[in-house]
Amino acid sequence: MTTIYADNAATTKLSKTALEAMMPYLTDNYGNPSSLHTVGQNAAEALFKARKTVADCIGADPKEIIFTGGGSEADNQALLTAAEIGARKGKKHIISDVIEHHAILHSLKRLEKMGYEITLLPVDGEGRVDPESVRKAIRPDTALVSIMMANNEIGTIEPVKEIAAICKENGVLFHTDAVQAVGHIPVNVKEIGCDMLSLAGHKFHGPKGVGVLYARKGLLVSSLIEGGAQERGKRAGTENIAGIVGLSVALKEATDNLDKNMAKISKLRDRLIEGLSTISHSILNGSRTERLPGNVNMCFEGIEGESLLLLLDQKGICASSGSACTSGSLDPSHVLLAIGRIHDVAHGSLRLSLCEYNTEEEIETIIKAVPEVVDYLRRISPVWQDLQEGKRTYVIQ
Amino acid sequence: MLYSEKVMDHFTHPRNVGTIENADGVGEVGNAKCGDIMKIFLKISKDGIIDDVKFSTFGCGSAIASSSMATEMIKGKPVSEALELTNKAVVEALDGLPAHKIHCSVLAEEAVKAAVKDYYDKNGISYDPEMFKEKHDCEHCGE
Repeated sequence: MTTIYADNAATTKLSKTALEAMMPYLTDNYGNPSSLHTVGQNAAEALFKARKTVADCIGADPKEIIFTGGGSEADNQALLTAAEIGARKGKKHIISDVIEHHAILHSLKRLEKMGYEITLLPVDGEGRVDPESVRKAIRPDTALVSIMMANNEIGTIEPVKEIAAICKENGVLFHTDAVQAVGHIPVNVKEIGCDMLSLAGHKFHGPKGVGVLYARKGLLVSSLIEGGAQERGKRAGTENIAGIVGLSVALKEATDNLDKNMAKISKLRDRLIEGLSTISHSILNGSRTERLPGNVNMCFEGIEGESLLLLLDQKGICASSGSACTSGSLDPSHVLLAIGRIHDVAHGSLRLSLCEYNTEEEIETIIKAVPEVVDYLRRISPVWQDLQEGKRTYVIQ
Repeated sequence: MLYSEKVMDHFTHPRNVGTIENADGVGEVGNAKCGDIMKIFLKISKDGIIDDVKFSTFGCGSAIASSSMATEMIKGKPVSEALELTNKAVVEALDGLPAHKIHCSVLAEEAVKAAVKDYYDKNGISYDPEMFKEKHDCEHCGE
């Protein structure tokens, strides 16, 4: 059985180019960039080049790039940085939204316990944050606005440019979690106008365990990890050179091929949405237009997502779901609930996230497999029986 | 693997799936809001033997496997024995469930009991209500 990997929002396959670029730093060039000898300086040179590459790809200056241990770390660091800058000026209010990644939401919970006031803005039925709601929420004591560039579950692209402009007008810092966006849609920090931005290597065919916090020049960045002068004192610990090189090469590759990949992947996505929409009582989650090129997220009434995933996996298809059973809590995905899906329906969600390695043939296989599995699960579902017999009312028409 | 081979077997090839027309006892437990509902149908002979049992389940892999296993364990048994089925016995028969999935086995036990209770109610058989107290704990159930 061949594997069809359609869970690229979770993680991606490492690119061959990135792997090859990494190998020397896992073998012969094992130096520590802080060492003064030649072996160490070879590593320092690689670090310097990688920083320049990443900066070029997102329109930043190399001095504005801080390598971290991943996207979550970058998010944590961004929030702490803004919180500490704010606190020095007596500003302890932070604005974000209800569909952020938990790296943001849980960090905000921590800040709340530390005495910060948090405003989480609602989203509309497609998962979009209204820029005007940001304007209205800004107060004289607002230290930061943090709104993701694109949502990891439903793929909705947020109007971050408008939001950044509103923040600038009001003298408030703006951070965007661009973990799902970088390498998939154009991302340029100057064009967005953000003060901070987070990204993660493994979402665009780079390695896991390495990310970037972009922090605009002049911003006093707080360190989460103390113990050394690496990353200009903003992130202690010997640098993950192989990972950093892999991230930079994968990002360059994704950036160079962005237009081509976007065209290819969004075509596959549209075909997949079209094919799965023929399933009765199903609905697309997120926006039809303001959507990541590779994201498909749908709810199917009368079934539960984990069993759907397991049966698809038996057919070699790797996907994801926002059901409670896969979220590890009693409640289904906070994102699906926020866009107005009720619990019963949110449990039956399926996320398929594509990349440029997927083929048209694979999409057709998925389009054939999903209805079979949905039908099977509906046949054994008492909820579906009740719906069909009119004992329950359909939520999805 | 998240699940044992036994769980995967009962999930992908569930036993006793379906419904029974004019069942002698029907039990439904759980809540769609929580993500799992189990419904069990019993055909009971005059001398109190479970001649046939069917189930339908809305839920995750372990919920489907737990229902399948529970039906297999009570089929052909006297009602009194079915009442003694514990969630622990279901878990053991499935070669274990992950900790956060234990509630699925509790639902299976309760679904069997609810079906027997329905049978008792329909036939005017007296019983101690304490026997049928729901054990599972969920923030949405009972809403």
